[in-house]
Amino acid sequence: MIINLIVFIPIIAALAIGLGAEGRKTALGAAAVNLILGVIVISELMRRGGEELIFETATVVLKNPKLTLGFAVDGMSGILVLLTVIVTFCAVYISPEKAPDGRVKLYHISPLMISTGALGAFCSTDLFFLFAFHELALIPTFLMIGFYGHGRDKLAVAWKITIYLGVGSLVLLGGLIALYSNLAGAGSATFNIAELTANAEKIELGEELQKWIFLPLFLGFGILVSLFPFHSWAAPAYASAPTSVAMLHAGVLKKFGLYGILRVAMPMLPKGFEAWENLILILLLGNIIYVGFVTIYQRYLDRMLGNSSVMHMGYAFLGIACVNQIGWNGAVLMMFAHGISIALLFALCGSLRERLNTLELSRIGGLASKVPFLAVTFGFAAFASIGLPGFANFASEITILFGVFDGADKIGNLQIAAILALWGVVISAVYMLRAYRHIFQGDSAQGLTLVRLDSLNRVPILLMIALLLLTGFFPNLILSILPS
Amino acid sequence: MTIAFIILLLPLIATAFNLVLLRKKADFSAYVSTLSAAICLVLTLGLIRQSSLNDLGSFNWIKIADFELNIGIELQGLGLGMILVVTLIGFLIHLFSLGYMKEDAGKARYFSGLSLFMFSMTGIVFADNLAMMFIFWELVGVSSYLLIGHWYHKNTAAEAAKKAFLVNRIGDFGFMIGILLIWGAFGTVNFGEIEELLRNGKYDPGLLNWSVFCIFCGAIGKSAQVPLHVWLPDAMEGPTPVSALIHAATMVAAGVFMLTKVLFLIEVAPIAASVIQYVGAITALIAALMATQQNDIKKILAYSTLSQLGYMIMAVGFAGLLSSGESLGETASNAGFFHLYTHAFFKALLFLGSGAIIYACHHEQDIWKMGGLIGRMKITSLTFLIATVALAGIYPLSGFYSKDAIMALAVNKPILLVIGAFVAFLTAFYMTRLCVVVFFGRARSWSAEEAKEVPLLMLIPLLVLTAGAIFAGQPFSYDWFVEPENIPHPDGMLLPIVLTLIGVAGIVSGFLLYRDRDKEPYPVRILANKFYLDEIYIIIVKIFQELVASVAQIIDRHLIDGLIVRGGARLVTAIGSVLRVTQSGNLQGYAFLFGAGVILVLYIINAAIG
Repeated sequence: MIINLIVFIPIIAALAIGLGAEGRKTALGAAAVNLILGVIVISELMRRGGEELIFETATVVLKNPKLTLGFAVDGMSGILVLLTVIVTFCAVYISPEKAPDGRVKLYHISPLMISTGALGAFCSTDLFFLFAFHELALIPTFLMIGFYGHGRDKLAVAWKITIYLGVGSLVLLGGLIALYSNLAGAGSATFNIAELTANAEKIELGEELQKWIFLPLFLGFGILVSLFPFHSWAAPAYASAPTSVAMLHAGVLKKFGLYGILRVAMPMLPKGFEAWENLILILLLGNIIYVGFVTIYQRYLDRMLGNSSVMHMGYAFLGIACVNQIGWNGAVLMMFAHGISIALLFALCGSLRERLNTLELSRIGGLASKVPFLAVTFGFAAFASIGLPGFANFASEITILFGVFDGADKIGNLQIAAILALWGVVISAVYMLRAYRHIFQGDSAQGLTLVRLDSLNRVPILLMIALLLLTGFFPNLILSILPS
Repeated sequence: MTIAFIILLLPLIATAFNLVLLRKKADFSAYVSTLSAAICLVLTLGLIRQSSLNDLGSFNWIKIADFELNIGIELQGLGLGMILVVTLIGFLIHLFSLGYMKEDAGKARYFSGLSLFMFSMTGIVFADNLAMMFIFWELVGVSSYLLIGHWYHKNTAAEAAKKAFLVNRIGDFGFMIGILLIWGAFGTVNFGEIEELLRNGKYDPGLLNWSVFCIFCGAIGKSAQVPLHVWLPDAMEGPTPVSALIHAATMVAAGVFMLTKVLFLIEVAPIAASVIQYVGAITALIAALMATQQNDIKKILAYSTLSQLGYMIMAVGFAGLLSSGESLGETASNAGFFHLYTHAFFKALLFLGSGAIIYACHHEQDIWKMGGLIGRMKITSLTFLIATVALAGIYPLSGFYSKDAIMALAVNKPILLVIGAFVAFLTAFYMTRLCVVVFFGRARSWSAEEAKEVPLLMLIPLLVLTAGAIFAGQPFSYDWFVEPENIPHPDGMLLPIVLTLIGVAGIVSGFLLYRDRDKEPYPVRILANKFYLDEIYIIIVKIFQELVASVAQIIDRHLIDGLIVRGGARLVTAIGSVLRVTQSGNLQGYAFLFGAGVILVLYIINAAIG
């Protein structure tokens, strides 16, 4: 029941706003309630351990094939639920009451719909709804960028992300249908993920078959996570999107693809992964090294952050490629850590955008003495993002790396990939510290105008920093509710 | 909560306290940090006198089934000496900073940074495993970044801070690979467990050599060895007490300390050990050469630090097998650490002395604008001269003993012995040049004429450190953490006498060449310009980073985005124009379409299954 509440409270709030309730207050109230419910779910998971599904509910939609609108959480989905409610709360909090172009209702409804889409996808026990809820979140993303985005080409960007993710979803759908038709079982066919996984263990599909079902699944999910070379939608979309949407999409929604791989593709098609392992290693290095260099090149803060988020996804893929519990748990921890830290960075970027006439790095400078709160918090966010110990991001990275080398007395392709991927820690330090140095340190730049605003949203920013530190000092808080 | 954990966490609490509560009350935050440093010193003195140092506490940081990473504390042998250096010199530098940073606008931030550094450095000393060491290794890096960039509005300081962090990250890249190789081979990163496994099992020598070499990369970065030495001279942009604590006495010595912790690995990795020796020797030589031509008082001391660190690294490298097949083992790490220990005192003293001089000369750092200071700052000048004599390795000051210990090892490799002896000459020479120009002759600027002795608060640390510079080489000062007979001594009197003569020769030639000069009489451009290494690196970075980044950007823009995405988009647009009727542009319309789509898909699937 509690999960149904979490999933549907944002929709109810969205309906209320549609019927005339005050936009920001309603949304914030719903997000706050969800935040509390999320904490309750997590504490229950901590009490019981996250191996099994809890809070299970089901409403039968179709009898045969068995299609149920059902929700439940285990450790992994519980952590992603927590991530979603936190980022939703923060994103709604920083959205100003007045929408940029007057469409107030839509402006406050959309983040809630994205939130519902993500929550539904993470909690669905049914393969069909896992897919459908994610699709639900894409529409408000499109509308938000198209109506309220930044930059002259916002419409083109809105179309680009929508088409791109639409194509990704289509590929994914193909894979899911193939998976379903091979695993659903004769007679009493099922969409239930747990039953499908059990069937997969029973039926043991042939290697060839697994290989070719895995490919569209992995690419479909991969496109949604901006896997190289299908990443070029991400940076422009995040740069154009209103702050709340950039936070929700980069922080939460993008994790759906990783979640799908860990929830569906890896357990159901283990041999499928083996067949493509080397290709996947090359692609994830594309994310880390190649996109890393692209990130170094960026001249605008928003673009740079967008690309950096693409780059960090490579480490999550590396964790998945370990195919052991250490790496997988590390990947889940990384989803959480990255989700919070990138949302934090976009929130701060939004604060800078409100105050400055440009986000071009070389035209900003010396802001530290003028906006000290932003300087300090941006420093925290930047160091979290480049994996400084003490922040959750580092804990996840080191867990993934130890997962790669667990029991590795010989150096294989996976280990070589990890060694190359480690160079990414230098790359990310280069672009982050350079951005920090340009924005906050040194002389003030010529021709820069700084608007004094009182509306500094300290609460969400401090909340996110506190969470990154808490889970960085005590990563076991998260890891203990994952299977071991 | 054990005492050791309190020593570890107290500075962190001070940092948090300063950051959260005291951002507006700068004076108070300075006292909080200094008080925490004082308590840590007292607790440390209590701790190291305990007879049993087992079970100092452990905290499980990460656990997944059998895989565990712990914050565990181990303190024995050289670690005892190191923790004393960190807490004692740390406390003295807090004290000195109370005077030096009195008027600074960012005082609260400065002391928060100092406390963060104390926390991180203590963590390195306490670490009982490689992962924990890496954690605190990174944290000292960030505290160093914050303190170098303390005056962030200065472009040079901001650049220097960034450079220090990035160059260290390159070293840490190697360090992490080394740790992972060890974890893969041994299934543990705990020092004691690795040593145990190594004693009882056979391991691939190639892998061991690679692991040690990679781990050593961490030391190359942090201890600023060639080729990653370029960050340390720039780091002098930070406040001078920071240079004394972090960039002379403790953090840069962490690389040496870390190597002593993995001594048992170096012993079985002869190739990597040779690399360590030569990297150390080359650093000692190159840095000493560069030091002879610098004009900034802090830069001279910075290059001197590099050079001395090279000595220490070289010494620890002797732990590897010699060509005769025997290992010098622990005596090598003892010699390296011994020099770390004595150097910490006299180099911190030199830096604080230079800080006092800079303070008195209204932030003038050019030695050619000073002169005749011995008459105006008697105590400071005297302590500085004592430290210089100690650094030059003259009997009976502390530097004499530790340099002898290293040279006693170097007799096993004549070429390194020659380099070491030449560096000893250079050391005495460039320090004499500095002293002659700064303290004697006439004042060459108004700021030197106006110089006055610094306040008592700043003199106390100088005097305490002077005692260290004189006596740290005597057995009573170190026999509680290392047996005096385990420190190598030269056989016979020949080596000590020759070395002393070399030192005296350096002093005499420096005195004769630089007496009564008003500007550099013998400019050597290649040395003054540091062999143009910075310029070369900038070019390398331009090529490998900027160029590759630009190419990647072009590919991203034109190939990946241009061809694939926009090509696809054009196709979709063509289809889209046919379907334009469906674009109603309002939310209800989209919601309706979405619902219709869901039903359609359901229907298709249902039909497909039959």
